[in-house]
Amino acid sequence: MTIITRRQALFTGLAGSGMLLTGCSKIFHADALTDSMSFQRVLAAAQGWTRVTQRLLLADGQMAREYKPSDISPHFKANGTYNPGGSDYNRQVDEGFVNWRLRIDGMVAHPLSLSVAELRRLPARSQITRHDCVEGWSAIGGWTGVPLALLLRAAGVRAGAKYAVFYCADNLDGDPDKGGEQSEGRYYESIGLVDAMHPQTIIAYDMNGKPLEVPHGAPLRLRVERQLGYKMAKYVQHIQLVSDFSHIGGGNGGYWEDNGYDWYAGI
Amino acid sequence: MPAPTAEAVPERVPESVKRPTRPRREVIRRHSWLVRLTHWINALTIFIMVGSGLNIFNAHPRLYWGQAGADFDKPFLALHPWPDWLTIPGYMDLADARHWHFFFAWILVINGALYLAWSFASRHIQRNLWPTATDLRAIPSSIVDHIRLKHPTGEAAKRYNVLQRLAYLGLLLLVIGMVVTGLCMSPGFDSFAPWLLVILGGRQSARTLHFLFASAIVLFIVVHLVEVVLAGPFNEVRSMITGRYAVPREHD
Repeated sequence: MTIITRRQALFTGLAGSGMLLTGCSKIFHADALTDSMSFQRVLAAAQGWTRVTQRLLLADGQMAREYKPSDISPHFKANGTYNPGGSDYNRQVDEGFVNWRLRIDGMVAHPLSLSVAELRRLPARSQITRHDCVEGWSAIGGWTGVPLALLLRAAGVRAGAKYAVFYCADNLDGDPDKGGEQSEGRYYESIGLVDAMHPQTIIAYDMNGKPLEVPHGAPLRLRVERQLGYKMAKYVQHIQLVSDFSHIGGGNGGYWEDNGYDWYAGI
Repeated sequence: MPAPTAEAVPERVPESVKRPTRPRREVIRRHSWLVRLTHWINALTIFIMVGSGLNIFNAHPRLYWGQAGADFDKPFLALHPWPDWLTIPGYMDLADARHWHFFFAWILVINGALYLAWSFASRHIQRNLWPTATDLRAIPSSIVDHIRLKHPTGEAAKRYNVLQRLAYLGLLLLVIGMVVTGLCMSPGFDSFAPWLLVILGGRQSARTLHFLFASAIVLFIVVHLVEVVLAGPFNEVRSMITGRYAVPREHD
């Protein structure tokens, strides 16, 4: 083999691998595939495999790791809504959330409506956990709140209930005044009862020993420690137990789920 | 099958100009059907994993060491986002990139498990990949041969040379490392096996290692493709499709 052909070979090899490694989208028509509903259904199958596998692996109710106070991140990044705004929420901030109510209804025997002060008088759980954002970053924070299982048992879960839906005061897309209930662009989330009843799933009111600040969901936020950050709804006003969430919002079980993200966020 | 160099000689060429007739190249069966099948599935899968992985990376193009790390923390490595033409899909879309990535992650794991199970059971790894003592002693001369782009011929070409063996074994370890570090980024999996994160040094360390291992795999692919072209792309690619490999003659 002569030097020239070696050079040619080297060049061809490098150019070829460069093209292969770089022209991904073009070669595979990945964008057209991404837009195809039937291809999306194929990809979505993996979400089910992952959920079923993790449910099996976590069937004993394993706990997320808890950290030492010295592990707490000096700056806990806030994400999504930094301040819901709107006249209702702003008034609540001014009042120190004394008129904030957490309603629990839907498929329960006794609907509840609790103030933040009432929640603070209930048995509490504190945990220092790692918050993993779907974007890739992590932060460690200390949380204190009421175990959701305690609230749901008090309300009495009716047979057939499968999901807890959380309605929040922030409207991420639309009018800040239209946060909370069934308005366009409002934040909402849902989790399965397996996660709702997990001991580390709490309605938190304190972060790092102080009342939750507005960027972190004041006055109440959900912690679901074995899933990603977008499941942990902030500014929670209303918890509803349902057997099915297809009639709520875009029908996918949450704000980010309606924007294409997976409902099961354990990965 | 005639080797590509066994050319037909034109009729009217004078006897004196004719090239000497050479024996046909020996053709051996090089790759088993399972190695060939899993190789191509793996090639497609790794390609998609890299493209969708870079899209996911772009959602937060900073890497940290330890458990936690975000905007305010000192990065281990802060990069610019990768350009769209490198990513799957070819625009910033974390949700869809995750759909691609996690679907093909399953394919990668199933395909890899199939390969490993078969390769151990059939002793492919023990015989063809694990270097012998003689192989290890030949590392310096093999390095020299590779630098001079000199490829083995005859009997020596029928088996993997020591650098090939080490590269393929290294790739196996890297892919296993990708799966482990990938799983360790999952908060659900971390609750199942918290000790794995302790070994890796934390969730952000796992993410950083995932990126570094992927970079090493990309480097492997570049070298692999250059070697395929240098060693004779037709023969090499044919051997990975049909299994048949024409052994290069001495002094070729």
